[in-house]
Amino acid sequence: MPPKYHTVTAPTPNRFQPVTRSGVIAWEEGCLKCARCVKKDCVYLVYQKRNLDPRQMLDSVDSACMDCFRCVQNCPARLIQKGVNPAYRSIGDSYWTPEILSSLWFQAETGKIPVSGAGYGGPFAGPGFDAMWTDMSEIVRPTRDGIHGREYISTSVDLGRKLMALEFGADGTLVSEAPPLVEIPTPFVFDLLPFSPPKEHILNGLLRAAAGLGTLTVVRESDWRPSYEEYLRSTMFLLDRGGAVAENYLDKLRMVEIPDGMDAMERQAALKRVRPELVIAIRMSLGPVSGSRVEELTEAGAEVVHLAANEFGMEEAKEPLFVKDRLKEIHLSLVDKGLRDQITIIAGGGIAMAEDMAKLIICGADAVSCDIPLLVAMECRVCRRCAQGISCPVELDQVDPVWARGRVTNLMSGWHNQLLEIMGAMGMREVRRLRGEMGRAMFFEDLEKEFSALGEGRRG
Amino acid sequence: MRGRPKFIFPEAKPVSSRFRYALNKYRVKIDNTCTNCGLCVEICPYRVYAKGSRRPRTPSEHLCVGPSCEKNAFFCVRKCPVNAITVQLNPSFEVLGDRRWTGDLLASTWYMAETGQVPYQNLNYKTGDSGGGFDKLRLLYRANGNGKKRKGSLKNVSLAISLNRSGDNRPKVTIPVPFYLGGMSFGSVSINAMLSRVRAATALGTFCSTGEGGYPDVLMPYDDHVITQVATGLFGVREDTIQRVRIVEFKYAQGAKPGLGGHLLGDKVTPAVAKMREAVTGSALFSPFPFHSVYSVEDHKKHVDWIKAVNPKALVSVKVSTPTDVDMVAVGSYFAGAHIIQLDGSYGGTGAAPDIAKKNIAMPVEYAVPKVHKFLEGEGIRDGITVIASGGVRNAYDAAKIIALGADGVCLGTTDLVALECIRCHHCESGRGCARGIATTDEELTNLMNLEWGTQRVINMYLAWSDQLRTILRRLGMKSITELTGRTDTLVHIDYMKKDEIQGELD
Repeated sequence: MPPKYHTVTAPTPNRFQPVTRSGVIAWEEGCLKCARCVKKDCVYLVYQKRNLDPRQMLDSVDSACMDCFRCVQNCPARLIQKGVNPAYRSIGDSYWTPEILSSLWFQAETGKIPVSGAGYGGPFAGPGFDAMWTDMSEIVRPTRDGIHGREYISTSVDLGRKLMALEFGADGTLVSEAPPLVEIPTPFVFDLLPFSPPKEHILNGLLRAAAGLGTLTVVRESDWRPSYEEYLRSTMFLLDRGGAVAENYLDKLRMVEIPDGMDAMERQAALKRVRPELVIAIRMSLGPVSGSRVEELTEAGAEVVHLAANEFGMEEAKEPLFVKDRLKEIHLSLVDKGLRDQITIIAGGGIAMAEDMAKLIICGADAVSCDIPLLVAMECRVCRRCAQGISCPVELDQVDPVWARGRVTNLMSGWHNQLLEIMGAMGMREVRRLRGEMGRAMFFEDLEKEFSALGEGRRG
Repeated sequence: MRGRPKFIFPEAKPVSSRFRYALNKYRVKIDNTCTNCGLCVEICPYRVYAKGSRRPRTPSEHLCVGPSCEKNAFFCVRKCPVNAITVQLNPSFEVLGDRRWTGDLLASTWYMAETGQVPYQNLNYKTGDSGGGFDKLRLLYRANGNGKKRKGSLKNVSLAISLNRSGDNRPKVTIPVPFYLGGMSFGSVSINAMLSRVRAATALGTFCSTGEGGYPDVLMPYDDHVITQVATGLFGVREDTIQRVRIVEFKYAQGAKPGLGGHLLGDKVTPAVAKMREAVTGSALFSPFPFHSVYSVEDHKKHVDWIKAVNPKALVSVKVSTPTDVDMVAVGSYFAGAHIIQLDGSYGGTGAAPDIAKKNIAMPVEYAVPKVHKFLEGEGIRDGITVIASGGVRNAYDAAKIIALGADGVCLGTTDLVALECIRCHHCESGRGCARGIATTDEELTNLMNLEWGTQRVINMYLAWSDQLRTILRRLGMKSITELTGRTDTLVHIDYMKKDEIQGELD
């Protein structure tokens, strides 16, 4: 496969032992000293490999054990038990669940996508992104084999304003001026982190990863360090200092973000006067009026809007909608008005897993912005202690940027591969065509109608 | 079945766990104040206790009904003269299972496989904890006017379904139970696990699919009960394997990884597996997706015709997954001449699959079945094809519910593995393979299971299922499982039902 389509990953080990779902409890008292102890029969050699991490006082048994229960069932004196690890239950929250965090840690460590046997074990459906399924193709439509590289599936997207038609002069020369586009090879950008310990090294790692992946990282001007200069092409400044920092680098930047406001279009025009090739995104918090605002901006000539929901994927409102539901509405309304193809929509907030990226694109985003998973790739446990100024249990403030780059690259490469799985199953070759393809998804609220009418009709 | 001898079901025989102790929901502890009077051994009707030299032993904790036994006169904790006994929840039990297959569902399936009986020990054997679909649907037994319970012998309730409703001149294959066993290839499961399932299917008068991994010679005595699979990799498919069987199954897709191909890791491709699949030992094997010879319903018909020409007596089954247009796929399959359409929903499957696919791609079978059923009815062709549902059917109640939603029968895989003491750790692929000797080709692990044990465990479980299904039908006032198909009026969804409008009993 050409290198262009492939991200190089390498195992990047954890610095801390991950929090595991269950622990092994083995008592010594009452041991019968069998000639052949069941611990010696462990298929995974868990007990042979056991060691204690002195820094965390954690036994490696718990992370190596695969829950086969053979020792539990076979110890004659029943001295071995398993127990749910209370620390596991307490990590994250109801949105950033322990299951999601474990899965992200695995991907960041290995660069592999999570694979397991014995079917699905999770909830039937859920709120947010768990209330939809993606389509697949069989018999009546072919699939695409993207994951094994036999067919190329493009995940590139173009950020910028698009012309609906080209105009030519009488002499056949192109009259229309094509606006600049930034092409990123995968439909995600790295967003501001909603919380983090001092982030000098974290941002350094993110910028390195973004550079390797060809994407962009949103960086506040106030967080900028001169040591990041090498990564300017991967930097998307958010002009929170009025552009004072960014103006030093305008000739090297591909994109910047400006906060939405009355003067947004004027600021865009001002930046364009200095550097016409710069693509400018207008960032706004997602809310019930985002739709009409995006419409206005599109008509006024905006190139890109970045709609940011909160870290649980919710918009700002009294009765907030989830990001996917608001996006559907915005997308369809722009389609109705014939405006959708002119503007690029980046949307984010609550993007936790690779499938969320695919689903939000189906609901109308051109690309997604990703935040907390980038921290989780660096072993963050989403305890949010940093937000209260308490020290980070996994010392995120001191991460080695090279290590962080490896972890984030692994995770996002895994996401890319999983996007290929989803698109391959749907028979799609272009992520650009996945955008807004709601007919190729199934929504809980539609399917569930089957059940709400039950119990009526024929009486037995 | 007219003209043929009536099918005689096999008998249940007790077969205990292969491991020293069965996994138990409750822990029974006897402390050292015990005087070994032996009263507990004597009074416990569940035979939890056995005599011991210093104090009684508890070899069968999994038979204990737990603290709720308190209401019984024989409650050992109260009866013990020196208060030496405690009964409590087993902390290890909490680690077992997941939202779909709860510890209770696992333990009750193990108990059914051990005894052939419906569990009594306070285990929820009817629903899991997934919060939707089967787990929110309930059977509704409406009061039948006079308020009396329906009576009649369970023996007169028929569970038989026909697998050829097409009216063509091929054999009218009928199975005495409304299910057959789904494909798990040689290579993905051990030969002992595969043979146990095939032998159980034979004893139950039904079928077991080979999966995509060839047709080992040891299956030949059971040819009449084998479904051979033709899947996208065509591994182990030969003219003679198609000619040997009564049903040939095309696997277009599978619920565990809808739209994705199969992948057998190199480690699992042992010399025996490689020979069967005509491949190279140690090389990973990929089944492509899709059939590269099928890009339309017309191509699909050509496929079906091909099998029909190779074996003029075979029925053809088409296994598909559940995309948005699953109804169109079903209609296409009917007009291509398939006898059976198997809808494999996205939450099932046994083999290794990307988590993202298992959770997100294609719809759960609970949605797909009514969609297909109604569409086929609308086209006026529902009676011409057998609809089999699979992918997430875990117990007899799930089976009854999906039939009421519109299927004729179900196809099972995971439940068989659980009967064989699969613990659903989801680590089928790690290390030397399944630590419990089911999904492995490692010789030592394969030998953890013997054939008689495996066969009888699967038979026992399905006998318990059959009893439950007959009981359900009788309570619904039905004499045959075929009456239940599409009777959505026998179901309610507990999130949407209007309690005051429901007259009858929920189950």
